[in-house]
Amino acid sequence: MGNILRSKRFWLVAPAVVYIGFFMAVPLFQMAYVSILERGDYGGVNWGAFSMDAYISFIFERDLMDNLVVNTDYLQIFARSFGLSAMTTVFALLLGFPTAFYISTQPQSRRNFLIFLVTIPFWTNILVRNYAWMLLLRNGGLIDGVLNWMGLETGGLDILYTPYAVSIGLTYTYLPFMVLPIYASLEKLDHRLVEAAFDLGADKRRAMSRVILPLAAPGIAAGSILVFIPCLGAYVTPELLGGGKFMMIANLIGSQFGAARNWPLGAGLGFVLLALVLISMMIYSFKFKSLPEESR
Amino acid sequence: MKVDASNPLWRFRGITSTAMFFFAYLYLPIVVLIALSFNENRLATIWTGFTMDWYVTALSNDDMLRAAQNSIVVAISATVLATIAATLAAMGMSRGRFKGEAGVSAMLVLPLLVPEIVTAIATLLFFVALGIKLGLLTVILAHTVFCIPFAYLPIRARLEGMDPALVEAANDLYANDWKAFRRVTLPLLWPGILSGAMLSFIISLDDFVISYFVGGAGSTTLPIYIFGMIRIGITPEVNAVSAMMLIVSIVFVSISFMIDRIRY
Amino acid sequence: MSEVVISARSVSKIFGSGGDKVTALDSVSVDIFQNEFFTMLGPSGCGKTTLLRLIGGFEQASSGQILLEGKELNDLPPFKRPINTVFQSYALFPHLTVKQNITFGLEMQGTSRKQADGRAEEMLELVRLAEYGDRLPSQLSGGQQQRIALARALAPAPKVLLLDEPLSALDLKLRKEMQVELKRLQTETGITFVFVTHDQEEALAMSDRIAVMKSGEILQIGAPREIYEAPTHRFVADFIGDSNFLVGDLVDAGAGKRAVKLAGGQVIALTQDVSDQRSGEVTVSVRPERLGLIADSEAGADQLAGTVSTVIYFGTDTTYQIDLGNDARLTVRMQNGVGANADFAEGDRVAITMSPDAIRVLAD
Ligand SMILES: Nc1ncnc2c1ncn2[C@@H]1O[C@H](COP(=O)(O)OP(=O)(O)OP(=O)(O)O)[C@@H](O)[C@H]1O
Ligand SMILES: [Mg+2]
Repeated sequence: MGNILRSKRFWLVAPAVVYIGFFMAVPLFQMAYVSILERGDYGGVNWGAFSMDAYISFIFERDLMDNLVVNTDYLQIFARSFGLSAMTTVFALLLGFPTAFYISTQPQSRRNFLIFLVTIPFWTNILVRNYAWMLLLRNGGLIDGVLNWMGLETGGLDILYTPYAVSIGLTYTYLPFMVLPIYASLEKLDHRLVEAAFDLGADKRRAMSRVILPLAAPGIAAGSILVFIPCLGAYVTPELLGGGKFMMIANLIGSQFGAARNWPLGAGLGFVLLALVLISMMIYSFKFKSLPEESR
Repeated sequence: MKVDASNPLWRFRGITSTAMFFFAYLYLPIVVLIALSFNENRLATIWTGFTMDWYVTALSNDDMLRAAQNSIVVAISATVLATIAATLAAMGMSRGRFKGEAGVSAMLVLPLLVPEIVTAIATLLFFVALGIKLGLLTVILAHTVFCIPFAYLPIRARLEGMDPALVEAANDLYANDWKAFRRVTLPLLWPGILSGAMLSFIISLDDFVISYFVGGAGSTTLPIYIFGMIRIGITPEVNAVSAMMLIVSIVFVSISFMIDRIRY
Repeated sequence: MSEVVISARSVSKIFGSGGDKVTALDSVSVDIFQNEFFTMLGPSGCGKTTLLRLIGGFEQASSGQILLEGKELNDLPPFKRPINTVFQSYALFPHLTVKQNITFGLEMQGTSRKQADGRAEEMLELVRLAEYGDRLPSQLSGGQQQRIALARALAPAPKVLLLDEPLSALDLKLRKEMQVELKRLQTETGITFVFVTHDQEEALAMSDRIAVMKSGEILQIGAPREIYEAPTHRFVADFIGDSNFLVGDLVDAGAGKRAVKLAGGQVIALTQDVSDQRSGEVTVSVRPERLGLIADSEAGADQLAGTVSTVIYFGTDTTYQIDLGNDARLTVRMQNGVGANADFAEGDRVAITMSPDAIRVLAD
C-alpha cells in the first residue's frame, strides 16, 4: 500500500473510486444494515434497534393472534420475476442469435451501421420506450386497430396490463444486450472455418451445430446473463405495461418506500436482489472466464 | 475474414427474415410514437392529419419546462463531475499494472452491475441517514455515480489505443507533465472525453428510477414528469414530450458515436 | 580523445520485485565521447533499450550514476535533460503537422515563434523534406516519418541524441539509405549519437565505437575494426561475423612471447599480449577469411592440416569446411581470383596458413 500512496496514478484513480465508494458501496452496506433494523412506527426505521422481521416477513406474516403463518405473496413475486426473466431471455435469444448471425455475414461498413441501430434504443428513455408499447398494445391501440381493420373483430385485445405485455416490453428493452455479445463472438469467427466444414461435407444443420453454435457459445452465455440480470431488476416495464398489477421484485422493493412504508423490508428485498445478481455474475465468471485462463 | 454474403452457403433459412423482424420490432414503437405525436386527432390512434399543436402545447407548459430545466441542470452537473473523475481515472489506469488494479476496475464499473432499484433505495436510505434533504443536489450526487462508468469506458478505450511513447516524446521535448497532458494527451483524448461526456449526459437525462427515489419536491425531472402524465392517461402532449426526448437521445448518441470514430 | 559527454557508472536496473525480478542491467559502466556515433549492440532482451531509457530519464536506475558532462543526471526528469530521443515507433504527434512536430521542443524551451519556424525550415532541409512541413504525420511514408522524427529530435540541438532501433521498421533498401543518411546527419550536426540496434552489420557500418551487450552487461567496447578483429569474448566473436573457435593450451614461446599449443600438437605464436597469470586451456578465435589453404605437400612440420569436407562457391569467395580430426572443424573463406592455387576439391588433404595476429585468445 505504501508505494501505491506515493504514486501519481493513485491520485488519478482516487476521485472516481472514492466517489463511487462513498455514494454507492457505503450505501449498499448501509442498506444491508437497515434490513436488520426495526421498522419505525410511522415509517422509517428505529436506528439501533435490531430485528429480523424483514426476512421473516418475507415468508411469514403475523395473523390476528400474532402467530406466524406462511404467506407466499412475496415468494410469488420472486417466482414471477424469475419466470418472466427466463422467458425474456429465451425470447431474446430466439430473436437475437439469428440477428447477430445475420449482421456478422454483412459487409463491414453495413455491419457497423446495423450494430449502431441495435444500440440506439438502449440510449433512449426507458419510460418513453415502454410508453410507446402502451400506444401499440392498448385496446383501440395500433395493433388492435390493425387487427380490427383486417376484419378480425377482437372486441378489445385486452393484452395491456397482462404478463404478456410485460414480457413483450422486457424483451424489447433488453434485446440489444443479447445481440451485442453474440455478434462480438461471431465476428471473431473465421468464416473460412464454416466454409471448410461445408467442404468436408457437413450439411447446413451440422455446420450450425458443430461449428457456429460452439463458437458463439461464450457470446450466448454473456448475452443471456446480460438480459437475465437486468430483467430481474426491471422496474419501469412492469409498472407501465403491467399496470402495477403484475409486480416484479423491483416494484415490490419500490413500494416499500412508497405506500407500504416498510424500509427494513425494502432494504432486505434489495439486499436479496443484489445478492442474486452478484451470485449469478460470480457463477458466470467462474464458468466462462476462468476456464480459458486455467487451460492456458 | 471476408464473407461473401451472396454465397448460398450462408443462407440459413429464416436468418434474414428473423433479422428483419428484429429491426422492425426494435423500431416500430419508436416510429409509431413519433408519428402519433404529429397526429391531429386527440384520440391518438386514428390518423386524421398532421399538426405541430401538441408540441406547442407541451412547450408552453410551465411545469414541463421546469422539469426539463431540472433535467438539464442535473445532467450537466453530473456529466461535468463524472467526466472529470472518469478522465483522471482512465489516465491512472492506462499505464501498466499495479497492486489492487482489479479491485479498482471492479469499483469503476460497479454502478453498471448493481440493479437500478437497489442503487436507488440504497442511496435514498444513505441520504436520509445523513440527514441531507432530498432535492436537486441529491439527484446530482446520485447521477454522478452511474455516469462515471459511462464516461470512463470510451475514454479508457481511447487511451488504450494511444502510443505511450507519445507522452514520453513530449517529455523528451522539454514538456513537463502538465504541458505534455495539455499539448498531447488532451488533444488526442478529447474525442473520447467528449463522447463519454455525451453518453453520461443522455444517461442522466433519461434516468427515471434513481431520480424518482432520491429526488424531492422541487427536483421533478422530465422523466418523472412524463411518468406522472402517463399515469393520468395517454394524451397527445405526452406523445410530443416523449418524442422530443427520443429525438434528443438519438441525436446525442449519434453525435457521440461519430466523435468516437475520429481518428488521426 | 575528446571530452566525455555521457558516462554511466556501475548502473544497475532491476525491474519488478520479489519472485519475478528481472535484472535488465547489471553494473554497467561506459563513457561516451563528444561527437561520437556510439552504438549499443546485442541480442533481444540484453538491456539496450533499458540503458537508453535511463540516459533519457524515462526510467530510474536501481543503483549507480548517469552523468552528463560530469554532472549527475539521476534525479532530473526527461524534460530537464538536454538529450532528445528518436523513438522506435517514431511517436510523431498525430494531431500536429510536421512543422508543429518539429517546433514542439523549441516552443517548450521558450524559443520565439519566428526563430522556431526558421529552425524548422532548417531541419526540414537537413532531412530533405522541405516541401512537407504542412502535412500530418499520417500523410507520410514510413521513411519520411523516420526523417521527421529525426528532425524533431535534432531541432532543439541536444547534447546527445538517443536512437532506439530507429531503422527496424523500414524495409531493407530504405534501411541502407537511412544508414547513410543517419551517418551524414551525425557528421553534419556534430551531435553525439547513441544508437541501439541488434543488427551487427548496421553497427559495423555506422559506428565510431560499439558496445556489445549480453544479458545486462557490456562485454566489449571498441571501434568496429577492433570489435571485429580482436573480440575479447566468445559471444562477441560469434555475434559479430563468423568465427572459428579452437581449444589449446597457453605456453611460453620465449622472449616474453606466448603461444597456443593446439590439441594436434601445433604451436601457434601469438602477437596478442596475454597476461602472465593465465595458463592452461584457452579458447582462441580466428575469422574464416584470415585463414588460407595450401596443398598438404607444401606444409611445414607443425602446420595445421586436415581434409576438405565441403566446398561452397559464393561468387566473390569460396568457403571450405576443413575436418581437422578429433572432432575439430574449421571454416576457411578464400577470395576468388586471388592466386590460382586456391582451388581445392572435397576430400583433398590441405594445410592451413594463418597469420599470428589473426588468432585471438578469448576471456573465459
Ligand atoms: N518495464 C519493464 N518491466 C519489467 N521488465 C522489463 C521492463 N522493461 C524491460 N524489462 C526486461 O528487461 C530486460 C531488458 O529489456 P530491454 O528492453 O532493455 O531489452 P533490449 O535489449 O532493448 O531488447 P530488444 O532488442 O528486444 O528491444 C528484458 O528481460 C525485459 O523483459
Ligand atoms: Mg529494445
